Amino acid sequence: MSFDIAVILAKGPQILAGLGVTILIWVVGTFCAVVLGFFVATARRFGGPVVNLVLVVPVEVLRSTPFLVQIFLLYFGGPYIGLRLDPITAGLLGLSIYGAAYYSEIFRAGYLSVPPGHVEAAECVGFSRLQTILFILLPEMALLVLPPSMNMAIILLKDTALLSLITVPEMTMTVSAIGSQQYAFVESIVVLALVYWALVEAANWLGRITERRIAKLSVT
Amino acid sequence: MTDSAISIRNVSKQFGDTVVLRDINLEVPKGQVSCLIGPSGSGKSTLLRCMAFLEEANAGTILIEGEPMGFVEGPNGRRRQTAAELRVARSKIGMVFQQFNLWPHMTALGNVSASLRRVRKMPRKEAEDKAMAQLEKVDLAPRAHHYPSQLSGGQQQRVAIARALALDPVIMLFDEPTSALDPELTGEVLNVMRALAEEGMTMVVVTHEIGFAASVGHKVCFLDHGKLLFHDTPQKVFAAPRNPRLEQFLDTYLDRGAFLVQ
Repeated sequence: MSFDIAVILAKGPQILAGLGVTILIWVVGTFCAVVLGFFVATARRFGGPVVNLVLVVPVEVLRSTPFLVQIFLLYFGGPYIGLRLDPITAGLLGLSIYGAAYYSEIFRAGYLSVPPGHVEAAECVGFSRLQTILFILLPEMALLVLPPSMNMAIILLKDTALLSLITVPEMTMTVSAIGSQQYAFVESIVVLALVYWALVEAANWLGRITERRIAKLSVT
Repeated sequence: MTDSAISIRNVSKQFGDTVVLRDINLEVPKGQVSCLIGPSGSGKSTLLRCMAFLEEANAGTILIEGEPMGFVEGPNGRRRQTAAELRVARSKIGMVFQQFNLWPHMTALGNVSASLRRVRKMPRKEAEDKAMAQLEKVDLAPRAHHYPSQLSGGQQQRVAIARALALDPVIMLFDEPTSALDPELTGEVLNVMRALAEEGMTMVVVTHEIGFAASVGHKVCFLDHGKLLFHDTPQKVFAAPRNPRLEQFLDTYLDRGAFLVQ
């Protein structure tokens, strides 16, 4: 038995298709997670104790259960309540909701990091709540929430691999299928590791550029 | 009561079980400087913050030029003002904080022009011209493009004053504006405030600067344990006959040589 990575790489187009699905689900899912997470954090911050309590429960449940269990529940349990989703939609939805729970905590910390006096100053000059969020709170917290946000995006990227278990034709599923067909299991795992690593490095690079740009804008 | 810029009537406030303001009644005359003095924890900052509705009084009313601030009386008792009503009520006042509270991601010019652009919806150029005029007034035009972190404490506080003045308030509230500054920087901020007072701006100043209160204040109000013990002209407050509690309070300043009775 010899280690021959070429048998995997020969299936380039198939791997690229899987990679495309991974990137699609990751980018769209992370975007939705950030937006949803921001709304949850904002509602918790400004919505009063009742809204906070209503939202804290799902956030805690989502953070306390494995992602794999959540997507199994969504994909295999969904039909019991009439929710029939194709694998990609289920994967996208699952990733968005799971990620939103974490992003809401990141933004909650961001809100807490802004001194209350800065908000009072905005109120005193007549800013509406929306203006205070857009022009004061968001820019002030940006630099603080960016590193944990990038970190979470990377975690979500790697978690997309679990979606192979609900038959999403993403990269892990595609490459391990090739590995099985070619009897090249180890090679397929090595290829997967390398591609994920490359993707994460690219994401890190993007994150650093963004951080530098924001740092220029917000001198604190 | 139209000659009062601010009317405070029977205002009480408590945080939990701690009573911080006890039945305060005070008229702040237009065009005058009223200084609130008293020991730490006497409630003077809370009283000032109630005037801007940054704290909600538990009872009583506060009128800004005859208009209610924070609460309106209705058939079923008082109710909180809506966000829009509150913005209108607050538009008459400018607030300056002990910790400056400048927005760190904006330059001095950005801090001053933000409200003109976002609230008054002025075009950028017009807003920045007006903001620049305010910065000139506090002698900071050359620093307009500096961020707060690049300014000294005194400069930051002057930017904060310019920011509060940008919307042309009729009343300026100062919450210990120099308490975070060293004596040299304190001077430059007090000079700006003195100039403002000379222009006839109605001002309420919470301060430990007894010298400033004595020389610029038209009225000095002494608070202790949430009670307004008395208010009068500086001459009467700082000269005999004195209240024993005030005497004790002022002695600490005399001991440090920081205050000269004229």
